[in-house]
Amino acid sequence: MEKIIAGKSIAVNEEGYLTRFDQWDENIGETLAGEANIQLSPRHWEVLTYLQNEFKKEVPLSIRKVGKSGVVDIKEFYQLFPVAPLKTATKIAGIPKPASCI
Amino acid sequence: MNNNNGEIKKMMIILSKGTLENVYAAFVLANGARMEGIEAEMFFTFFGLEAIHKKKLSHLHVATVGNPAMHMPTMLGGLPGVEALATSMMKKEMEKIDMPGVEEFLEILTASGVKLWACKLAMDMFHYKKEDMYEGIGDVITVGDFYKKSAGEGTQMLFI
Repeated sequence: MEKIIAGKSIAVNEEGYLTRFDQWDENIGETLAGEANIQLSPRHWEVLTYLQNEFKKEVPLSIRKVGKSGVVDIKEFYQLFPVAPLKTATKIAGIPKPASCI
Repeated sequence: MNNNNGEIKKMMIILSKGTLENVYAAFVLANGARMEGIEAEMFFTFFGLEAIHKKKLSHLHVATVGNPAMHMPTMLGGLPGVEALATSMMKKEMEKIDMPGVEEFLEILTASGVKLWACKLAMDMFHYKKEDMYEGIGDVITVGDFYKKSAGEGTQMLFI
């Protein structure tokens, strides 16, 4: 399905995750963050960029991996994205929702 | 009447067992709740206290006796070393699927905002002191305290 995000028609799934990462840009990230009531700071962007790089490398994401990344620890990850951090951050980053249980 | 559409807002997980598979089940459920934006608190009672006892938490075992799903004859499961072997095999498999060890899991839980409580009655029974327990625990509390903490719409309670 399509959704208008930041003035553009973007392909998303039923949960609102982008299905085509090539359609993502920073404006879309800002808009999706706004929908999640998050004001993006430079720290947020560092984490989002890390998540996108992992996605490009096809590494499956989990809270444990994010915590060990050296980019952000788990406590700060929850401070940056307080509600469901991995789900929220991946949505803002325009990448699929991780299927991990841990 | 419930007008929150049955949405889960808080999971209160009681862990009463100290076998590795039960401890992991409780930890995965608590962490999974936080990953979904659900609050989570854990109450460790009876043998569940082993999961937060500093000297014991790294030495938890899977149960090889009285566990039909192990598909191991009970007599064999009771032989010396079998439980340790089964435990080390299970730990290897868990590492493969990115499952942290017990101590690291406790660190993940506390960093994620899961509150950990130790049961006063069981602590007294086992003669444990708060200093014996993992530093990340909130406090030693009574069952009544735990019920008070469970107040609120959308709270679910789970006994393991």
